[in-house]
Amino acid sequence: MTAGGWIGSVLRVDLSSGEIGREPLHGDHARDYVGGRGIAARFMWDEVEPTVDPFAPENPLIFATGPLTGTNASCGARYMVVTKGPLTGCLTTSNSGGRWGPELKFAGYDVLILEGRAEKPVWLWILDDRVELRSAEHLWGKGVFETEDILRRETGIPDCSIASIGPGGENRVLYAAILNDKFRAAGRSGVGAVMGSKNLKAICVRGTGAVPVADPRAMMAAQWEQKEVLSKAPLTSEGLPAYGTLALMNVINEHGALPTRNYQQAQFEHAENISGEELAETRLAANKACFACTIACGRVSRISDEGVERYTVRTSPRNWKHATEGPEYENAWSLGADCGIDDLDAILKANLLCNDLGLDPISLGATIAAAMELFEKGVLSEEQTGMPMPFGDGEALVALTEATGFRRGFGDDLAEGSKRLGEKYGHPEVFMGVKGQEFPAYDPRALQGMGLGYATSNRGACHLRAYTVSAEVVGEPEPMDPRATDGKAQLTVDMQNISTAVDATGLCVFLTFGNTLSDLTPLLAAATGIAYTDDDLVLAGERIWNLEREWNLRAGVDPGEDKLPRRMLEEPIPSGPAAGEVNKLAVMLPEYYRARGWTDDGRPTRDKLAELGIG
Amino acid sequence: MQTLEIHPEKCTGCRQCELACSWVQTGSFQPSRSVIRVHVFDEQASFAPYACFQCDEAWCMQACPVNAIDVDEETGAKIVLDPVCVGCKLCVIACPFGTIFFDKAEEVATKCDLCAGDPACVHACPTAAITVGEGRAGGWLAPFGEKVDGEYRRATDGGAS
Repeated sequence: MTAGGWIGSVLRVDLSSGEIGREPLHGDHARDYVGGRGIAARFMWDEVEPTVDPFAPENPLIFATGPLTGTNASCGARYMVVTKGPLTGCLTTSNSGGRWGPELKFAGYDVLILEGRAEKPVWLWILDDRVELRSAEHLWGKGVFETEDILRRETGIPDCSIASIGPGGENRVLYAAILNDKFRAAGRSGVGAVMGSKNLKAICVRGTGAVPVADPRAMMAAQWEQKEVLSKAPLTSEGLPAYGTLALMNVINEHGALPTRNYQQAQFEHAENISGEELAETRLAANKACFACTIACGRVSRISDEGVERYTVRTSPRNWKHATEGPEYENAWSLGADCGIDDLDAILKANLLCNDLGLDPISLGATIAAAMELFEKGVLSEEQTGMPMPFGDGEALVALTEATGFRRGFGDDLAEGSKRLGEKYGHPEVFMGVKGQEFPAYDPRALQGMGLGYATSNRGACHLRAYTVSAEVVGEPEPMDPRATDGKAQLTVDMQNISTAVDATGLCVFLTFGNTLSDLTPLLAAATGIAYTDDDLVLAGERIWNLEREWNLRAGVDPGEDKLPRRMLEEPIPSGPAAGEVNKLAVMLPEYYRARGWTDDGRPTRDKLAELGIG
Repeated sequence: MQTLEIHPEKCTGCRQCELACSWVQTGSFQPSRSVIRVHVFDEQASFAPYACFQCDEAWCMQACPVNAIDVDEETGAKIVLDPVCVGCKLCVIACPFGTIFFDKAEEVATKCDLCAGDPACVHACPTAAITVGEGRAGGWLAPFGEKVDGEYRRATDGGAS
């Protein structure tokens, strides 16, 4: 192993036998796959049969950090949860910040692999070298917040960082999340349900060790440069600190790309009521940063007194009056515009419940939106849903969020996601997503590139795998016409490779709003002692992407799944700046496969895999 | 005479100060050995870095049985003389603010020495939540001190009457 960045150690815990083992991190794999998402995908490739049932003990749950996680590089907070996702059947990669990833490295591990299934609920305690499984029977059924409070008391170490599931994961809600530090989520694709299937309630980590770097002097120089760029770029120095990701609400709405009422419209008439500006004026308590982040896009907000009275639920946290993190743009959209809801209090409360119950607010909100459409069209009756649930009903949103976490009543249907919900009630067309996973907050009819990005994402619909919004709306790195398809295939490929590489370093993709790869390679080189170039990183991104793709193909996810719902392809946006538009995926997809160097039917060629060293 | 001035309302809880401090102490990133620590009060939406206030009447210094804590004449910082310190932890017990620590690796007490007048945490803080102040130790803390003192007096007076 090299002199720094990576710790060089993998912790492996077999929950079935209780066996705990340590092994060295594979040096060549670390170099070629960098870390995080990449190194974990390589484990999946080497060790896991792709056709495995996501809830089988043989499906591992991997927590992987990158070589820059825990260093003082800005945004070096990230870890990736990798497993086969129950929502999608794909190799899934859910990223989270906060403090948990760095803490794992300070404890002396780059990667944590969990295998098997515990007979009874357990939690894992990692205190440097001391690693033990303890009974979690007293925690089962409890929310994330209470679980963390109890474990802090139980360990007597308030500085520990905890990743846990709530009732959502225990009840295998297909889009259950893993939450760490109470409010940061490895959110998508149901990684929390996999953790629940293993009877693992929480992983509590405290590390007192060090993350070494190979070239201290170069590290210091590189991080000052990186931070200097972030402190000058408009989005990372002004936009995100002032309004968080919610800065996008008004912007995307003005572009006519804000999906509304389950993608029936692309502009929300009350968008400003749920915007970052509104939040900052009325409910923002503080900005909050993840570990080592100099941007601090996190929002800490308070539900208004009126909202506290109005939106009560049966379970904890009842009448929450404290500050809580969120909402992010995606969540304010899914719980807001997509459900036709313009009350920030309802959104904040539902978002808070998602954190406490351990649910992905994007898939949850989008699934409720699909159900609202079915309700308004008379397919679902009040008898079936247990309450009236027209678009715009904040009380229904909050009540159904809670019901979903416990799979109570109609919540049991919602817990399956909108694809399965639509199929069950004979209307598969209400599912707005790809490969079983719900779309995030950008209408692919208004932003052509996002459609291609959604269709080809390895973990189902996702905005973080190729954020073409950057070029199509913000104009970075170069402005591109959002309605045109020209150049979108190459843009998507480039962005997928770069984002994948950034994920693998352990940094946050948000820094790409300021930094380029050229700001990051010096950091990586200084930390690891390996002279990475920009091209090396792009190649690592491509390698990881192809490996994920090939694994998915072997899992039975056919290239025919690279598709968009009919509404995106055939039903034009009814009004607004993008009126009349549909997504032209059929034009872009063949170009994309060519740009990837794959076969015409979307399979990585043997030559391509050999070129990337995947075998 | 210097002190660190802390402005909790500007702090985002990112812990760059801990990273910078541990870097100076150890040459690697090891927040557990930082002598500035960020405390997070989630539900109150408040983050507070805290480090030694360089008290005039430094109890750590008075408690030390071997005179291992000295005053830096340039900055006024109370500094631990590593070769003298016997690792007895009396200073850690004596400090009312919990800002002097025991370093397990070196088996000595460790505390903020103001980096000889140019604190690394101040440079590292992205929001200027930590600055260097001149003047009497705890001057910026006075309102807080008076409040605590007032509460204490009220409580004890109330008890006496």
